Amino acid sequence: MRIGSTVTVSLRALRRNTMRSILTALGIIIGVGAVIAMVSIGNGAKSTVEAQIASLGQNVLLIFSGSFNQGGARSGAFGAGTLTPDDAEAIAREVSHVAGVSPEVRSGAQVLANGLNWSTQILGEGADYLGIRQWPLSAGAMFTEQDTKSVGKVAIIGQTIVKQLFPDDDPIGQTLRIRNQPFRVIGVLQAKGLSVQGSDQDDIVIIPYTSAMKRVTRQTMLRSINVQAATPDTIDDVQAEITALLRQRHRTTEQTDDFTVRNQQEIAAAATATSQTLTLLLAAIAGVSLVVGGIGIMNIMLVSVTERTREIGIRMAVGAHGSDVLLQFLIEAVILSSMGGIMGILLGIGSSQLISKLNNWPVLVSTTSVIVAFVFSAAVGMFFGFYPARKAAQLDPIDALRYE
Amino acid sequence: MAPVVQLKDIHKIYDSGEVQVHAVRGISLELQKGEFMAIMGASGSGKSTLMNTLGCLDRPTKGTYLLDNVDVGRLDRNQLADLRNEKLGFVFQGFNLLARTTALENVELPMLYGRHRGSTAQLRARAMHCLDIVGLSDRADHFPSQLSGGQQQRVAIARALVNEPQVLLADEPTGNLDSKTSIEVMGVFQKLNEQGITIVMVTHELDIAHYCKRNLIVRDGRVVNDMQVANRSIAERELAKILQAEAAAKLTGTD
Repeated sequence: MRIGSTVTVSLRALRRNTMRSILTALGIIIGVGAVIAMVSIGNGAKSTVEAQIASLGQNVLLIFSGSFNQGGARSGAFGAGTLTPDDAEAIAREVSHVAGVSPEVRSGAQVLANGLNWSTQILGEGADYLGIRQWPLSAGAMFTEQDTKSVGKVAIIGQTIVKQLFPDDDPIGQTLRIRNQPFRVIGVLQAKGLSVQGSDQDDIVIIPYTSAMKRVTRQTMLRSINVQAATPDTIDDVQAEITALLRQRHRTTEQTDDFTVRNQQEIAAAATATSQTLTLLLAAIAGVSLVVGGIGIMNIMLVSVTERTREIGIRMAVGAHGSDVLLQFLIEAVILSSMGGIMGILLGIGSSQLISKLNNWPVLVSTTSVIVAFVFSAAVGMFFGFYPARKAAQLDPIDALRYE
Repeated sequence: MAPVVQLKDIHKIYDSGEVQVHAVRGISLELQKGEFMAIMGASGSGKSTLMNTLGCLDRPTKGTYLLDNVDVGRLDRNQLADLRNEKLGFVFQGFNLLARTTALENVELPMLYGRHRGSTAQLRARAMHCLDIVGLSDRADHFPSQLSGGQQQRVAIARALVNEPQVLLADEPTGNLDSKTSIEVMGVFQKLNEQGITIVMVTHELDIAHYCKRNLIVRDGRVVNDMQVANRSIAERELAKILQAEAAAKLTGTD
């Protein structure tokens, strides 16, 4: 096949009708641009969600207490405190591949310092907590195993607390009162921003879980236990071992479990599903415009074939095969659509950057979407160009030459 | 030497369902290399059908056509296209140049479909050479719309020549031209014929046919007359006469 010269022929034909070529490609330009922009916005949203999920920590398993079954009435999660600090210790002691364990209790409380007060979340945690959540401190140090054992009156505070209670001075070493108990601030967390659910993760005070249980909540049960598996591959094993251990300790079976073990993937899957659906929806809408662009190409190619019947006749008279003509029109369509694709990609990247600037949305142009959009636009040209091209190729040279 | 073109009892019947049109009813013809023949006839005489058959654009219903010893009747659509590309050159009444395409690119066109394709530079050089033959090398980058009718037809002739065909076929090549330009175009044909190129043209103008060496008269699908032209018109001489006459009438300068 004489593809080289056919490409030359096609390019010459397109050049002869520059304006029309650009207008025809416009449909594809807009279609591809829309797909790229929409997917970028969707990906941006998804990456934000993923970043938030990653902020939960790495290889994290969460064991929730609750969901027990008493006389046929089943409670929801956290329905009852069924996890004890002993459970946490047993997990740390007996389950292999565990990198960190942090028992957790929570309570809302009014916090006072500096003559200011603020209602916030009190988090009772183990010394491993910040390691599990991969949450660095901006100042000071985390409390230690020693502090949890001695029910120490020490606290780590989030950035929002710093802003609300210690607006002017260094909070480290200052005293904070929770339910009238003085706690000494020994560390300040780095800002973490909003959680997946949209709550302010920096609006928090972390104290040893023992202190929280004895001095704040006055409960003996844990809300949950955070566990970190050593590596991503061991998550499933750790989850199974924890389940088995807790069933043994709580004397429950799968039907009567009074705890729930969730791993991060499950949590992540639920959260990303929404943004994934959004991305798909946006891409589908944009995809429709791509198909409309393709129909535009078919329309113009059909007009072009009719208009250039005589040209086709001349080409055939001087020796073009039907396949040469077919190829020429097909290549014209593919060049149109892939040129449109390239320009559309540029337009899409440009507009998604613009949208991101104007709305302050995170936008992520993925290479995959660029490649897929380009290949798809070329395929659209191929698909919608084929019918007109075949029509041209089947013309009879004598009739075509006589065509007025 | 074997004739370039051999037609043996060619018939062409167009079957349009209800009526059968017998356009050519048994034409036999031989054409030697270097001949210059005009096919003449009224419209409906079958000369266009004969021309299409000669041009391998159409296959005869009956009879054999040997072009350069190749039996055209046995070839499929693509082989016919290759044959047209390699052995035939076409000149049409309406010039049929590609619009918005330079003269040079128009001339290159048949080479793009050739089996033995050279480099772009070689194509360019050959196209340029053919434009030179018809005296238009200085108009290579002009578009057809920037050329006069006679110039467009000369570009078309250059295009027909570019693959060094066995036979040059011209269908009413002067039909759209005024008389002086017609003579100029016939002058180009005569010059090419002197260089040994075989030419067949269709015309209905007797004076144009007079520039050819042989005249074939077709009526009702049959050859009614096949004769050598006595007292051929020579384009150069006729043009000189016209120039003289124009000078006498002060239409143009005498230089």
